[in-house]
Amino acid sequence: MKSCLIVDDSKVIRMVAKKILQELKFETVEAADGKQALDACLVSMPDGILLDWNMPVMSGIEFLRELRAAPGGDKPVVVFCTTENDIEHIQEAIEAGANEYIMKPFDSEIIQAKFTQVGLL
Amino acid sequence: MDPEQFEYVRSLLLERSGLVVTPEKMYLLETRLFPVARRHGCKTIEDLIKRYREHQSEAIAVDISEAMNTHESLFFRDNAPFELFKKTIVPELLKRRVNKKKIRVWCAACSSGQEPYSLAMILDDLSAELAGWQVDIIATDISHSVLERAAEGAFTQFEVQRGLPVQYLVKHFTQEHETWRLSSRIRERVKFQHFNLLSDPRALGKFDVIFCRNVLIYFDLATKGQVMDRMVNVLAGDGVLFLGSSESTIGITAKFWPVVAGRGVYKHTGGAPCLVENGAP
Repeated sequence: MKSCLIVDDSKVIRMVAKKILQELKFETVEAADGKQALDACLVSMPDGILLDWNMPVMSGIEFLRELRAAPGGDKPVVVFCTTENDIEHIQEAIEAGANEYIMKPFDSEIIQAKFTQVGLL
Repeated sequence: MDPEQFEYVRSLLLERSGLVVTPEKMYLLETRLFPVARRHGCKTIEDLIKRYREHQSEAIAVDISEAMNTHESLFFRDNAPFELFKKTIVPELLKRRVNKKKIRVWCAACSSGQEPYSLAMILDDLSAELAGWQVDIIATDISHSVLERAAEGAFTQFEVQRGLPVQYLVKHFTQEHETWRLSSRIRERVKFQHFNLLSDPRALGKFDVIFCRNVLIYFDLATKGQVMDRMVNVLAGDGVLFLGSSESTIGITAKFWPVVAGRGVYKHTGGAPCLVENGAP
């Protein structure tokens, strides 16, 4: 069973994502900001990370840069999932090491398609 | 809609586009035809059909047929055919067509354009290797409105998230308010053209590769056979035909033969080694 870390400050979004990912047979872990996510990764690197951009304490992009610099941090497949839907944000995310990018609103079909593309499914 | 009217529309669709509508799909007929009725100033679908039967209006018949043909489409649908195209077929064509320096691809039911544009983006990646070559992507569909939309190359946020790698989104699309528009460089690689699969495709010329994916499922058995048999005439001797990954020619035609390279990949039965088989002719 593959693992996926869901990082989003909205409890509702985490719940929706969790339901979709569990249907896709993922074991899920949750974090409410980038700092919590980093702590979770340093304990155990997940196979995939679904990552929001705007969060308190540490943003998604800050988390991603720290993750990629950490030992073993190149392993997880990172899929951004954010309301930031302009090309500049997408480019910044790719440069920071994101593997894919989902523009909210999302649904199960988009998550499934993107996760398939990056080889998580 | 009463059974007699349903039967009338059903046979109209079968005749015009080969589309099979089973009684369970009656609801689909009703939801899709209601906007057509309104467009023609009719209050109900019954009125629309009555009007058509009285005047035999071609405009109504075209609209009914377009509304009922499915337009669902994804970029890089199923991925494997596109991988095969990029990694095997194009390199093989570069060897086998070195004298002509010409490659022709047909997307036989291109819908809103995701399939031919996916191929165009792959060819763009290979533009160094293809320098000096002419590559035609002919994309056809039965629906005029869908073709117009496809040629625009404008997609919703939802559409560009289905199958399209984000790297391609950044490379080839620009954002125009709510829509994402494909660059003219990619759009110009595809030629959109109206074509009904029930007619003879020979006027389109010969093709090295034909994509006819997830279309036949909407036709009855006899029509499937006719469509396939006509495609034989326009596929190059070593050409490759792609059907949908769950489609097959078994019981439909003996003229195409499955190739081991992948699901839904076909060649001429008894033909020379095709583009995805070893041994150039």
